Amino acid sequence: MTQQPAGGNPGFGPDLVEVFGPSQQDGGPELVQLLTPEGERVEHPDFSFDLGDDAILGFYRDMVLTRRIDTEATALQRHGELGIWAQLLGQEAAQIGAGRALRPQDYVFPTYREHGVAWCRGVDPLDLLGLFRGVDQGSWDPKANNFGLYTIVIGAQTLHATGYAMGMQRDGVVGTGDPDRDAAVVAHFGDGASSQGDVNESFIFAASYNAPVVFFCQNNQWAISEPIERQTRIPLYQRALGFGFPGVRVDGNDVLATYAVTQAALQRAREGQGPTLVEAYTYRMGAHTTTDDPTRYRLSDDLERWKLKDPIARVEAYLRRNGIADDDFFAGVQQEAADLGVRLREGCKALPDPAPLSIFDHVYTELTEELAAQRDTFAAYLESFEGARA
Amino acid sequence: MTTKITLAKGLNMGLRKAMEDDPKVLLMGEDVGKLGGVFRITDGLQKDFGEDRVIDSPLAESGIVGTAVGLALRGYRPVVEIQFDGFVYPAYDQIVCQVAKMTFRSQGKIRMPMVIRIPFGGGIGAVEHHSESPEAQFAHTPGLKVVACSNPVDGYWMIQQAIAADDPVIFLEPKRQYHADKADLDESATPDPLFSSRVVRRGGDLTVLAYGPTVKTAMAAAEAAAGEGKSLEVIDLRTLSPLDMAPVYESVRRTGRVVTVHEAHVNLGLGAELSARITEQCFYSLEAPVLRVGAFDTPYPASRIEEDYLPDLDRVLDAVDRSLEF
Repeated sequence: MTQQPAGGNPGFGPDLVEVFGPSQQDGGPELVQLLTPEGERVEHPDFSFDLGDDAILGFYRDMVLTRRIDTEATALQRHGELGIWAQLLGQEAAQIGAGRALRPQDYVFPTYREHGVAWCRGVDPLDLLGLFRGVDQGSWDPKANNFGLYTIVIGAQTLHATGYAMGMQRDGVVGTGDPDRDAAVVAHFGDGASSQGDVNESFIFAASYNAPVVFFCQNNQWAISEPIERQTRIPLYQRALGFGFPGVRVDGNDVLATYAVTQAALQRAREGQGPTLVEAYTYRMGAHTTTDDPTRYRLSDDLERWKLKDPIARVEAYLRRNGIADDDFFAGVQQEAADLGVRLREGCKALPDPAPLSIFDHVYTELTEELAAQRDTFAAYLESFEGARA
Repeated sequence: MTTKITLAKGLNMGLRKAMEDDPKVLLMGEDVGKLGGVFRITDGLQKDFGEDRVIDSPLAESGIVGTAVGLALRGYRPVVEIQFDGFVYPAYDQIVCQVAKMTFRSQGKIRMPMVIRIPFGGGIGAVEHHSESPEAQFAHTPGLKVVACSNPVDGYWMIQQAIAADDPVIFLEPKRQYHADKADLDESATPDPLFSSRVVRRGGDLTVLAYGPTVKTAMAAAEAAAGEGKSLEVIDLRTLSPLDMAPVYESVRRTGRVVTVHEAHVNLGLGAELSARITEQCFYSLEAPVLRVGAFDTPYPASRIEEDYLPDLDRVLDAVDRSLEF
């Protein structure tokens, strides 16, 4: 049952229903949408999609391949090749729209679910699997693609993003008017993280210093088993006002709208106008992770309703109806997805286990005498076994 | 040429020197700007280096350390001030889960050259949460380095060395010493390496291990003991993680007796680790068990009785006597 905001409070001003309207099953009237679930382009007074059909073909391909990464990784977990996988099913449009709005000089701080943004940044999807297989804790070089390591502690990365944006300000790469120079940061987080102190502190720091950061919240309605009503009594994007910067709610299943809104928020940040909160209103169609069982806490009706808003199907409908893409295009993308699946499957199984003695590497920039002694003792211990593997 | 300085002045001069030497060094914290910090350690620095380099932060410790992580990722060397020891805990996740692990989890691709300055220890008659000694919590965390200065000259050099280090450093400053004793600073001298302990008084009967505020207590105890014909050696540990044990082992092998002194709780404190290592490495040299002097295993008490709670000269001498009589 959806929890309704509290009723009237005489003497304490208008009640929440009066201010914000009734519970918004569909994201409410404020939802920015440029492509309907039926695949029809619609106008919005504040945001427009200014790229051509080629870009939409690219977005379609990005979303299909991202979904393939997700389904392949889920299958690899079921086969015991991954310890766990954080699924993004249903959030492809939010991530591809946000990811494609970036310029090379922008920087992204992800959670552990931004596989689609990683794809847009050029991170090899095989590299994403290492963390979930347990062979590393993130093997890509954050500096190579301006894409940070996945962050497991909920919301911690939003402060890193804000500090990084403060560094950009000090480097003179904000508000210069040079599009190849001006830069901004995107901080990803979810509806559950919106309750964390770090997220709220990052809003305060970013507002205080007018830092060039876009807070991109994928509200997928569920923090494991807890519904959005447990985290907030008002629409999340409206919290931004209390911190002193704008908030926008965008249809997170509409890749054109998430692109347009993120692009506008990034541009605002790059120009030195400060932070924006973007709430991408979407739905976690899968489980929280492969260890989760959503049938214990949510209705299958909800899932069926959200399936009608599938982020990929609506783009396909648009492309087909308007004759922008033919069967060959769709078959080509499917083949590409199948090839990617094979590559991930084989690549994942070939990921080598780290050597036991690598435990001691990089605790500090140089091995301390204390750790060198522990490593040497451990090495001798390992070698003392018959058929030692060290 | 030498200058007479307090610890507060030494730290202030050291911070200034580090900022002059490297434009990437930033200071951040609560009230560090116009006010110069509640202890005046950053006095005058914002005036000379500007608000972009000496940053007054919102009152949120996790925010301070978390944004400093981002600044470090961008290539800066943030030096953050936690106003009082007891206020560091809101930043605990950022320090322990984020700062400490960033180099390790990135397999060395990321460095975290950050200094977290914490005024620590008691003895200033403060209200609760202003007199804590949290060093063991950080020394227990791999990826962090932890140092404690005990005197004005070390304050000047050690803060510069900590800022120049590529690993995150928890930098503990004995707040009751900030404006106490003066010492002669020779800026042309060559300092000892940061992660090294130092024998500060030679003696042959017993080794006293101290750091931060208790070095002064240990030195006073050694002086008093000398009057009774007992010769104490005092070592200022200076680095708590990693520990520099070589001078300790050398000393213990000569004296055979050890007393550790810190203001932190005895239970699972640094003294326990020192005792374990000494027992492992100097077993046949020991004439008595390693004895630990520290705060009782209680919360920090109301300040009117804090001197009963903190290890003082007499409690050190009592332990010395028990060791010598063993």
